[in-house]
This record gives sequence, structure tokens and C-alpha cells, in this order.
Amino acid sequence: MSARVPVKRTAKLFIGGAFPRSESGRSYEVFADDGKPLAYAAQASRKDLREAVVAARGAFPKWSGMTAYNRGQVLYRVAELMEGRRSQFRDELADAGAADPDRGVDAAIDRWVWYAGWADKIAQTLGTSNPVAGPYFNFTIPEPTGVVGIVAPIDQSLLGLVSRLAPAIVGGNTTVVLASERSPLPAVSLAEVLATSDVPGGVVNILTGVTAELVPWLASHMDVNAIDVTGVPDELLADTDRAAADNVKRVHHAPDADPFAPEAQSPYEITALMEFKTVWHPMGA
Amino acid sequence: MADQIEPTGTETATWEYARAPESTDIVRLDDRYGLFINGEFAEPKSGRWFTTINPATEEPLAEVAEAGTEDVAVAVEAARAATDAWQGLPGSERAKYVFRIARQLQERAREFAVLETMNGGKPIKESRDVDLPLAAAHFFYYAGWADKLAYAFPGRPTPRPVGVAGQIIPWNFPMLMAAWKLAPALAAGNTVVLKPAETTPLTALLLAQVIQEAELPPGVVNIVTGAGETGGALVDAPVDKIAFTGSTEVGKAIRRATAGTGKRLTLELGGKAANIVFEDAPLDQAVEGVINGIFFNQGHVCCAGSRLLVQEPVFDALLTKLKDRLQTLRVGDPLDKNTDVGAINSRAQLEKIEELVASGIDEGAEIYQPACDLPERGFWFRPTLFTGVSQSHRIAQEEIFGPVLSIITFRTPEEAVEKANNTPYGLSAGVWTEKGSRILWMAQRLRAGVVWANTFNRFDPTSPFGGYKESGFGREGGLHGLEPYLTFDGSTS
Repeated sequence: MSARVPVKRTAKLFIGGAFPRSESGRSYEVFADDGKPLAYAAQASRKDLREAVVAARGAFPKWSGMTAYNRGQVLYRVAELMEGRRSQFRDELADAGAADPDRGVDAAIDRWVWYAGWADKIAQTLGTSNPVAGPYFNFTIPEPTGVVGIVAPIDQSLLGLVSRLAPAIVGGNTTVVLASERSPLPAVSLAEVLATSDVPGGVVNILTGVTAELVPWLASHMDVNAIDVTGVPDELLADTDRAAADNVKRVHHAPDADPFAPEAQSPYEITALMEFKTVWHPMGA
Repeated sequence: MADQIEPTGTETATWEYARAPESTDIVRLDDRYGLFINGEFAEPKSGRWFTTINPATEEPLAEVAEAGTEDVAVAVEAARAATDAWQGLPGSERAKYVFRIARQLQERAREFAVLETMNGGKPIKESRDVDLPLAAAHFFYYAGWADKLAYAFPGRPTPRPVGVAGQIIPWNFPMLMAAWKLAPALAAGNTVVLKPAETTPLTALLLAQVIQEAELPPGVVNIVTGAGETGGALVDAPVDKIAFTGSTEVGKAIRRATAGTGKRLTLELGGKAANIVFEDAPLDQAVEGVINGIFFNQGHVCCAGSRLLVQEPVFDALLTKLKDRLQTLRVGDPLDKNTDVGAINSRAQLEKIEELVASGIDEGAEIYQPACDLPERGFWFRPTLFTGVSQSHRIAQEEIFGPVLSIITFRTPEEAVEKANNTPYGLSAGVWTEKGSRILWMAQRLRAGVVWANTFNRFDPTSPFGGYKESGFGREGGLHGLEPYLTFDGSTS
């Protein structure tokens, strides 16, 4: 009797809640830290990226319109579902060369929980009511900026990604994420978690592929409102800034902190991708 | 071009006003103004000077130094040299210097207001009642923050100044913009190189005198006059932060110029705000708000309500009232205390307005202008309404920055939101309705940094201001206006 042949996964893109291959038909081989071939990942094209932006824009009204309480619960549920896939994430992090894969999975799950709790506190702590010199109730609240492009860090392929993604979506933004080029498989698994969670399709779109090929299209896309460049290689940062000027994109780079350190999570990472809106409401009898 | 456009209004104003000119005796102008660097006025190393004029008369007012690259470098060095001493002051002492500026501006408000009007063309009643009181209020508000920064941002107990800020301001609110920029920067412990606009440098140079009299340490505030080239030199200089208010086009250029440098950046850029009038709005009040929204400061306002969205049932009634009101607007001598609409700030701006208005006519919109007399000299443009405007017209999409209102209709609140948000800009919006729930429903959906309900063009130092989308990023005013001038442990922004 022969041993059972395991069923291997095809690593695909995640766009609008679906899992397409790249329209370009391209894929690239992914290796473990020790050089062992692991899988082929889809190599997203410019057209895939544009499709992802369309999906993200389409998902924006619903996601940003949900109550903060509801968004908090949706983020918390992502943590719940990741917990159930611990071993899969752990193995992928081990393949990617993580020194302590368990710690990485723990921290990534806990980060979702931490940011989930901010959903209904960010406006309370960082919004203001402003004592203007006139008969107006004047208040300032954070609102999502819109579609956010995220270039995930190449290292810490899971925790690094979650540390950028969770603060971006908890405030109501929708996202197009470029996964770590070297270790994309944890991002693919996260996409599979998101697809079966309560995150509406299109809120998170995850592309695997060649970072240097995709970043210029993401940075110059006129329907992307902000870009988190934390994972952009240093040599591409200046060009990314320049391309972002075309539609006055917000460009955000996370603090250079140990992703396990307490400073690696902050409510200011949420507001970095939000707009402050001020409303003058009249007062009178 | 506009002088070939025959005014379409026929009625004349019901009564005449006697002239009530504000005296200019209070203003004593020097023949020449050098650069304000390290606490003193200095001749420009560039050797270049330019003439600044009164746009209402085209008469020269003074010669002003044009700072070259070398001058800017010296100013930035002076600001850099001043950082240690300024940051080293206890916040409570730094506060007192900023309070002094606020108080001196209040004391000399009339002099500043008259000079602002002479150099910029805005009506004296606006510079007197809006620009100067608000400028002083901004210094007073931020002065109080200087020793309370640790309370400003939860979880960030040790804020530090960014360092040297390069600040570039526009010509539409010269003093107020200087206050918006300087007050938070100084309170937070930064030193500054400020570049006023080339057409309106004089009140900033008078402010330099106030800063001398307030005995700020030399180099804490430096003021370099000049045009775009000077601004470009400041952007390229070794400063830690750039704050810019001006056009979206220049804002994008600054973003490109600072790419990869790590310089902090805030941009307050153009707008194409919708002023949205619902059928239940108090119409007479709305008319005043619409008029103020677009004709305040000749429409030279980034947040001007340059698009009027009117709900169909009240379109005819509102248009009639607007035309009537337009007939009574007093256009002319900015120094006359009765004047509602003053001079266009410069010939270049007048030509830009004329070009866009011509495009509105070419594209098929219908123009209305009141039959008012315009002075023979100076730069003038009649208050203008366009009806029959479609969303794709240039006058519905591009910032005109002049006294020109494009009127569009809508049926449902959803359609109003859709149309209001349908530009690359997102600076401000106005909502006129008696229904409080609708105000908040609209405010939630308008993609704009400031939403005024049953009012327009209100500003306050405690109230954050700034744009969504291509109207820029960062906020000025209020608690949020401090953040661009502070840095925190373990943060990059």
C-alpha cells in the first residue's frame, strides 16, 4: 500500500473576495530560507493591481459606513480564525526562516485583537470638540482616507503584514496589499483566513509578485488615496514619493521599531491613514 | 476676455453710498525692505529687488529684496543656529514670546489691516474684521500650548520640535497665513524661515518688526521675500519640514522636490467647494452664505464655495435672490469701509480668471454679471454667476480663485453628495438646511476636511482646517495643527 499523496495548494491572488490567478498567467517560484522550493506564487501584473484597486474602491462605502463596533468585531474574528490555523502559519514562518515561528504567530494574532479594540476608541481619544468663538458646535473626527496601498515588509512576512494591514482597515479604509516578495505564502494563507471571516470582499486585496514591478503602479494610481511604504526598498522610496505626488497621495512609513516591541502598535498608525474632518454645526433656538 | 463681456444685469443699486475711505496715514512705509534674517534686516546677497504694488491702483508701494539661493541658505543657517536656544527655553517662557506677538498684533491691528488692504486689494472691512483679529487669535491660542505639549497627544508624553521649518504662504490672506504657520511652529519649539507671496510681502515685513519688538531671540523667525524661485530654494534647503499653502500644482511640485529626502511635509492646496442649498433652507440666510462663500476676499479663497448646488424646487427663487443681492454688492476701492468686493490681487490672477470665465462661455454656460462700475486703474472683475453649468465644464472642475460662482442643480441628497464629491479636491463644503439630522448625514458623506452647516468661511484657531484628496494633507489650527511641528519617540511622523 502506497503512502497517501498530499494535496498541494495553489497560491493565488486575492481580489474582491475571490482567488484568481494573475491575468498575466505568470507565477514565480518561492523558496524556503534553506533554499528548498516551496511553491509557485502568482506574479501579479499591473492589470491585476488595477482590478484590486477597483475592488477596494467598490468595497469602501460599505466598510467605511459600518459602525465602529461592527468593524471591531470583524477584526476580532480575524484573530479567532487565525488561531484555528496556527500550525499552518507556524510552518510557513518556519519555512521563511523565522527564529521563533510560534512567537510570530502569537504576536500577529494578538495584533488583530489589539487593533480590533481601537475601532470604537480612535475617535474618542484622538478627535476633538473645539471651543470656537461663535455659536457653533464644532467637532473634529477621524475618517478613513479611502483606498490605501500597502507594501508589506519583506521580513516578518506575517507580523509585518498584519502590523500594516490592521491599522489601515480598522478605521474604515480598504486596501491593496503587496505581500512580501520573498515570503508570500503567509500572506496567501492570511487571504484564505480573510475570505472565510466577516471581512467583506474587496476590503483587503492581496497581491503576490515582484515588489519593484508593482510599487510604481501602486504609487501612481490615481484612485489610491494613500500608500504605506514601510516595505518599499530604500532605493525605490524617492521614486515612490514622486509618483505619489500625482494625486497628492498620503505617504506613510511606519516607525523603525522591533515588530515585537510595544511601540510597534499605536493608535497613531491608524490616524496616519485617516483624515480629520471638522464640522461646524449651528447652534440657535 | 472679460472686458468684452457685457454685464447681463440691468438694474442698478437702489441707493448710493457716500465714500467712507479708511485713512492710510497710520501706515509708514519704507522705500526698501531687506530680508529679515537673524533678527535684522539685511541687503540681499542676490543684489535683486522687486517692486510691490497696490493692485487697486497699480501704484508702487515699496521695493522688496528678492532672496536668492545664497540668501535662503543664510536664513536657514540662522534658523538652525537658533534651534538649541529656542528649544532649550522652558515652554512657559517660549509661550510668553508668542503671547507678546499676539498682543502687539492686537495693538497695531489697524495699521496691519490698512497695509494688508493696500498691498493685497482686499476690502478693509475684511482685513480689519477677519484677517487681523484671527491672526492675533492664532498666536494667542498656540502660545498657550507651548508649555502643555505633553498633554496634547495621548500616549506621547515627550514631544519634541521637528527643528527648522520652511514655510511658504500665499497672497490671499498674507497675515493670517503667516499666523497659521508661525504660531504652532514657534509654540512647539521650532525655528522658522517664512517666505511670503511675491505680491503681498509687506505685512510679513511689518510682522518682522513686531517680532523684533517682541524680542524673540535672533534667528527664531527669518523672513525671505521673493517669488517661486525663492520658494524653490527654501524647499531644497536643509530644513526639517516644509509647510506650504498654495495651488495644488505647486504643492505637487514640492512633493516631488522633497521626494526621498525625509523632510516632513504638510500641504494646504486648492479647492472647488460645493455650497449645497436644500429646499427647506432659510433662503435669505443661505443667499448671504452663498455670497459670502464665493465673493469674500474676491473669491481668492482656497475653501471658497465656488460651486453652488441648489435643490431644484428652490432654484428659481434662489437665483432671483442671488441676482438681486449681486446688484447691491459694492465693488471698488478696497480702502472704502463700505466695499464688499475689492481688487483682484494681481494682473496674472486677473488673466487666469478671465481665461476660465471665457471657457465657461465657450462651453455653453450662461453668464450673469451685475452692472457695476469698475475703477479705471487696478485689477478688477465683476462678481459673476454661471448657470447651465454641467459637471464636466472647466468652471465646475477647476479652481478659478476669483469671484465666479458656478450653479448646478440636484434633486436628492444622494445626488448632492455625488456631485459635491465629484472633483479631485476635498477641502470644504457647505450645507444649508433647517434639518439637523440632514446636516450630520451630509457631513458624514462629504469628502472634505471642513463642513460648514448654515454658515460658510468661518475660521477659528481652535478648529482644525485642511483637505482631503488633492486639497492637501495635514491640518492647521486646533490641537491637530500642532502635530506637524512635533516629533515623538519611536515615530516617523
